[in-house]
Amino acid sequence: MTFSAFSRVGGTHIALAAIAMLAAITILPGFAPLYTLINVTLYMSMGVFALSLALLWGYGGILCFGQSAFFGLGAYAYAIAAINFGDTTLAAVFAILIPALFAAGLGYFLFYGRLSDVYLGVITLTVTLILFKLINSTGGDAWRIGEARLGGFNGIPNTPLLTMPFSGIPLSPAQMFTLAAILLFATYALCKVLIVTRFGRAVIAVRENEMRAELLGYNAKRLKLAVFVISAGIAGLAGLLFATSVFVSPTMFSLSMAAQVLIWVVVGGLGTLFGPVAACFALQMATAALGKLGLVDPNIVLGLVLIVFVVFVPGGIQPALAALYNRIVSPARQSRTLEEVSR
Amino acid sequence: MDYFLVVLLQIAGAVGNLALISVGLAVIFGMMRVINLAHGEFIMLGGFAAISSVQAGINIWLSMLVIAPLSVAMLGIVVERLVMRRLYGRMVDTMLASWGLSLLLIGLATTFFGNRVVGIAAPVGSFRIGDYSLGAYDFVLAGVVLVIFAGGYAVLRFTRAGLIARATMQNREMASSLGIEPSRVYAITFAIGSALSGLAGGLLAPISGVLPTMGVAYVAKAFITVITGGASVITGTALSSTLLGSINTVSTFVTTPVLGDVALLLAATIFLRLLPTGITGRIFKGAP
Repeated sequence: MTFSAFSRVGGTHIALAAIAMLAAITILPGFAPLYTLINVTLYMSMGVFALSLALLWGYGGILCFGQSAFFGLGAYAYAIAAINFGDTTLAAVFAILIPALFAAGLGYFLFYGRLSDVYLGVITLTVTLILFKLINSTGGDAWRIGEARLGGFNGIPNTPLLTMPFSGIPLSPAQMFTLAAILLFATYALCKVLIVTRFGRAVIAVRENEMRAELLGYNAKRLKLAVFVISAGIAGLAGLLFATSVFVSPTMFSLSMAAQVLIWVVVGGLGTLFGPVAACFALQMATAALGKLGLVDPNIVLGLVLIVFVVFVPGGIQPALAALYNRIVSPARQSRTLEEVSR
Repeated sequence: MDYFLVVLLQIAGAVGNLALISVGLAVIFGMMRVINLAHGEFIMLGGFAAISSVQAGINIWLSMLVIAPLSVAMLGIVVERLVMRRLYGRMVDTMLASWGLSLLLIGLATTFFGNRVVGIAAPVGSFRIGDYSLGAYDFVLAGVVLVIFAGGYAVLRFTRAGLIARATMQNREMASSLGIEPSRVYAITFAIGSALSGLAGGLLAPISGVLPTMGVAYVAKAFITVITGGASVITGTALSSTLLGSINTVSTFVTTPVLGDVALLLAATIFLRLLPTGITGRIFKGAP
């Protein structure tokens, strides 16, 4: 890779993320208590989830109110497949494929129907609610797929742990942590590279001006559908990581799940990738700490954060910090880098 | 014969219910193109207002029909002043901010009222058709819904305030250049929409009980009813409530209540694909 190609994909950012990931997986499992390790694994699965919407909404310009549908579908697909196959490697593939396929069907309906923003939001929200209701009503023995009981309101408490391919030994919490860190990094790098490819540029062009992009010969509907499917696959992966760290339950489809991921993207900054992940970690830790103290209901904090950010910091944290940094550290550097142009 | 009559009354009840929970959202959306995702929480607060005042010894009709809408209207005025006013014209941002408001209100209600269902007894009893027993309260609800819709239609169609409202709805710039202050119209609209949500909450409290997280169950249904209805506030909501309420009840009878809800949402989704601008975007254009 030449230097210009390196800097074009934001190689410095990817390298920094890689260093952070390596530091985390070498240092943290050594001294952190098990509880913290599992919690951070959960946060990282949420980080992957944040990236899925950061890509779809921030770069594709598609506001999906029901991203948790794909998150939950991934988890359920994994749990059902793993229970039936007895092997988790193939099941993990299902966790990504099933949400992606579902998104392909739904997206065809949405984008080829040329529905506008608001209706898109309504329909994605509705689909999530339908899934939530359906899954909640699947209690009892009648509802089973192969060997797997869907469990209704209780979810699938015996969600199989991820195992090593071939050997079948379940991953320890430390290994699970490492895997989650690697996958979070890999997803970040994938998104980062994706937005500077020809495809990514075209997707951004559609976000900026759909009609102009179409007049230039791009198939806007197909591009939107493609980014929707990719994002759903990433959300499915997040669901898989989440499910193997806790267990599969209908709350994964819930509105509060869908709201959380939106809040992370709004707070982190729309059109950025690092911001939403950072916001996800920060807010998760904050709500966990508040929940432990029991002083205020976490919903109050999340709600206030969302309102304050939408009204007062509409760009989100990352652009605000970047602007501050540019003003203080390098006032002389006026030329916009390619990185900024790509936003 | 009795059974048929009962099913018919059930359908009417479902239609009325849907219309009741949607009309507050419809007023705000139709007028301001603002989607208020805290609508469900406005309903919830209306319910709590009614129950709290009944527990404080106030007459139940007064609590449901006056105190519930008034207190939620006051909340609506505050919300419009502090948040919504800054976001007009930014539709996605209003959706997000109102979602934040929804979470905030759920959190506050959980803190103050606790996470449990509270209820009050319905003020009227039941009566019989043949072998079946029906609650008379359903007819109270139906009556209130009819009054709201007939009144709303009359106000929008025949009064000066209605004319101003319709003018602002149709063309904001034109209305404002004719001396109407859109921000005032918007503030009043938001207050009226909130009052209607509060009224819905107050009236539903004896049927469903009130729970801080109950809003979620209403907001999606209301949302989908309003969007299916299209641009006309009164006519659109009435038509789409009729359509979706019937589908809901019939499929509930044939299958289970959960699948009935699923059928409602599914039908609305397919319907939107066919008529993206809603019923009144295509048919009954221009009715208020």
